[in-house]
Amino acid sequence: MNLAYRDVRHNLGRFVVTCLGLSLLLGVVLAMIGIYRGLVADATELVEAMGGEVWVVEQGTRGPFAESSRIPLDTREAIARIHGVTRTGAVTFQSIETDTGQSKLRLYVIGYEPGQLGGPKYIIAGRGLTGRNFEAVADRRTKLAPGDHIRLGRNNFTIVGITGNAVSSGGEPAIYLSLDDAQKLQFDLSPAAIRRERARGIKPASSTDTVSAVIARIHPNASAKHIAASIERWKHLTAMTQEEQIKILTQSVVEKARKQIGMFTTILILVSAVIIALIIHTMTMDKIREIATLKLIGAPDRVIVGLIVQQSLAMGLIGFGIGGLLINSIREYFPKRLVLQPADGLSLAGVVVVICLLASIYGVYTALKVDPARALAG
Amino acid sequence: MTKDKTSEKPSPLVSLGKISKHFGEGETRVDALRNVTLDIYPEQVIGLLGPSGSGKSTLLNVIGCILEPSSGRMVLDGETVYDGHWLRSDLRSLRLEKIGFIFQAHNLMPFLSCIDNVAVVLHLAGYNQQAAQKRARELLDYLEVGNRAEAYPASLSGGEAQRVAIARALANKPRIVLADEPTAALDSERAGIVMDLLRKVAIDQQAAIAVVTHDEKIYDRFDHIFNLRDGVLDKAIAGP
Repeated sequence: MNLAYRDVRHNLGRFVVTCLGLSLLLGVVLAMIGIYRGLVADATELVEAMGGEVWVVEQGTRGPFAESSRIPLDTREAIARIHGVTRTGAVTFQSIETDTGQSKLRLYVIGYEPGQLGGPKYIIAGRGLTGRNFEAVADRRTKLAPGDHIRLGRNNFTIVGITGNAVSSGGEPAIYLSLDDAQKLQFDLSPAAIRRERARGIKPASSTDTVSAVIARIHPNASAKHIAASIERWKHLTAMTQEEQIKILTQSVVEKARKQIGMFTTILILVSAVIIALIIHTMTMDKIREIATLKLIGAPDRVIVGLIVQQSLAMGLIGFGIGGLLINSIREYFPKRLVLQPADGLSLAGVVVVICLLASIYGVYTALKVDPARALAG
Repeated sequence: MTKDKTSEKPSPLVSLGKISKHFGEGETRVDALRNVTLDIYPEQVIGLLGPSGSGKSTLLNVIGCILEPSSGRMVLDGETVYDGHWLRSDLRSLRLEKIGFIFQAHNLMPFLSCIDNVAVVLHLAGYNQQAAQKRARELLDYLEVGNRAEAYPASLSGGEAQRVAIARALANKPRIVLADEPTAALDSERAGIVMDLLRKVAIDQQAAIAVVTHDEKIYDRFDHIFNLRDGVLDKAIAGP
């Protein structure tokens, strides 16, 4: 006879409400983990999607994501001539805010040369860039559609295609422009500013002179590390492998966010443990006379411990299950990407089991301390 | 009132020899029981009377192996369980085997049906589900509450709840039944029915039954009545 189950069944309403409350708490914990995973995925996915096995940036910088980087455009041709490099691409990155008419939209502008490395990984709708000016491919999170127009800087762009999972480490959806358009957007001055520069005797810089980075794909038999080292030695640039770039992103760019979310998650787990402990203790105190009676009629401690621990585990795991379903069903509505990995879910389930067991300790201690004579008290 | 069975000289099921129990030491010492000597024989139903603080509950707790005496000797169902110290380490198991408890407030588990309240003791004693349910139903029928087997305690009347509690106390066929104010919450008619049931149990199961009570309307149902005053058990004030 399972006393824990019978007690839960008898007080089903209260148990369900408690589980629902706990599910919200554990759902938030799961969401925090998902937000962190989303942050890392966002940060690294763009790097992975661009397909560069070697990243070449301004000497002494850790660009283009962790630091600003500007290198000459003709670097791409110099890199392309290195033995072992099969494809290259020059890219620019820039955050920009635009007004869509209904709301402000922050975008991460990526400029690349159509036909070269650096473009969107895949196209969901429409087509990719062909090289014509004032066309753009946008991430679906921009909520733009092929045929839409958007103003960037002083020009209007037509959305010709939609891609997915292209966001900056800050969560801004990406928009792909041709390199030429992106450079103009980034470096061109307004006519008034050009006149002012000329009046000061300064020749305005050409918009096509610089890019943020050059990426290179290498031959399968070539070593990315050796090529990166060779570029650093001979070209006076900083070069890193894709793995190093990802490491910079995860360790530098999202490190603080990781710690912040980690702290918050830890606090939430502790709060969950305290709440479970209090609920279990209250449930135990509610049954104190029954527990005393059980002890009096000869129930061994394991029966009483089982009653408390089983209820605690059931509450935690049901709460976790409902919380997981809840977060999974609303994750698309989160402003930032939420990545729920089965391994994280299993780990959190393990943590829930542990905190339920720990939270039961106080209830079990109270129950085992109960004097069976209490059952005889009037 | 039944005949005094002691004349047939069977072995007592409960035998207390100079049992004392005190709490605290020095100036704070309270002697709850002083050299209590008492034998309760099979088929006997005895009453324990006394004012509040006289030691009735302490005596019941001692016989029920809930409270350790300070000195003396105690034999339950032929087994010496206390002789200056407990002679058994597993007292809960001893209670499960030998003693049935009936409470003033019946203490039924609110989350178990009547039949499960009885069966839970049998499960603890190692019965399987089928055997426990069969025995529990037999007991409920025996105590004439078989029709309420699936009901929960909250829906029972006081008399029905007390009968289910008696069924639970008898589930594991204990030879000793300890009842603490079992009729306190019942009217005269129902109190009489409960006492008749206890008498029937004592005879049918060859059990010894000790009842702590203040209820004057059931005094005539006991074979012997003992009065406790300041921890001292007076001689029988009623009975043959």
